[in-house]
Amino acid sequence: MADDLLTIADRTFASRLIMGTGGAPSLEVLEQALRTSGTELTTVAMRRINPAARGSVLEVLQRCGIGVLPNTAGCFTAGEAVLTARLSREALGTNWVKLEVIADERTLLPDPIELLDAAETLVDDGFVVLPYTNDDPVLARKLEDVGCAAVMPLGSPIGSGLGIRNPHNFQLIVEQANVPVILDAGAGTASDVALAMELGCAAVMLATAVTRAQEPALMAEAMRKAVEAGRLAYRAGRIPKRFHAEASSPMEGRAAFDPEAPDF
Amino acid sequence: MTAAATIRLTVNGEARSLPGGVTLAEVVAELSTAPSGVAAAVNEAVVPRSEWVATVLADTDRVEILTAVQGG
Repeated sequence: MADDLLTIADRTFASRLIMGTGGAPSLEVLEQALRTSGTELTTVAMRRINPAARGSVLEVLQRCGIGVLPNTAGCFTAGEAVLTARLSREALGTNWVKLEVIADERTLLPDPIELLDAAETLVDDGFVVLPYTNDDPVLARKLEDVGCAAVMPLGSPIGSGLGIRNPHNFQLIVEQANVPVILDAGAGTASDVALAMELGCAAVMLATAVTRAQEPALMAEAMRKAVEAGRLAYRAGRIPKRFHAEASSPMEGRAAFDPEAPDF
Repeated sequence: MTAAATIRLTVNGEARSLPGGVTLAEVVAELSTAPSGVAAAVNEAVVPRSEWVATVLADTDRVEILTAVQGG
């Protein structure tokens, strides 16, 4: 929405949906989903070049006019992540990086110690660092303190589709943050995304929920609308939850009927 | 300087025997002719594209040549 732009570091975006490119069955399906999602920024991974590969995700992004956000997926140590980020900067000409340092392959949860170490090194090296982090308010604060341009807490494990398992932590992170808080990982369907935005997240990052849906382009549209709806609801200010009912029609001025009347 | 006969190194994890004096630019060109979107590291250090031609590889070097793929 033109009057409600997302600002990360020195860039602004009309869309608050950041879509990843992982998991799509083909580049054609990916392109259709990306276009429908309205995303302006999308992640890619850095991998060994395959001379036999046909087509390139970079060509798709260029054709769609979507900004590229390289990630450090698959890195287990700060050293690996820092080198991968430097290679992505060299290959793609961007100093933005979605920093991922995972602890193990089973959970894909971030390793907080390696993550913070890598974040600090990359910020010092001139990177705009967007770290994938645990839904831990303390770690989020520390990542902000070392100069990260956003924090990207997980709602639930990558690819799990379990939504936001700890909305209370998200509220704590949002309430203290001076940088955008972006839900990363865990979104399964539109309501997860709407909830994230209602909790005050500045944006949502997702891939699997769209790329592995039965109809990726249709889910991309659902996600786009959910981000917008959740954002509007957040800005509108929801009513407080209450235990008892509260009538919305006035009690005064009601007609007086005689319950004993014969035809009643 | 005369080039040594043959050097043994790894390129993207694969053991290779290449003529001494081979440059990083030559090794990258075998895998990709793309004018951008590719980065290379030798022994865990990034080598900028502008230095590929002048980077002569040595015995036991570990070369990694990466590009962007779908992910995240």
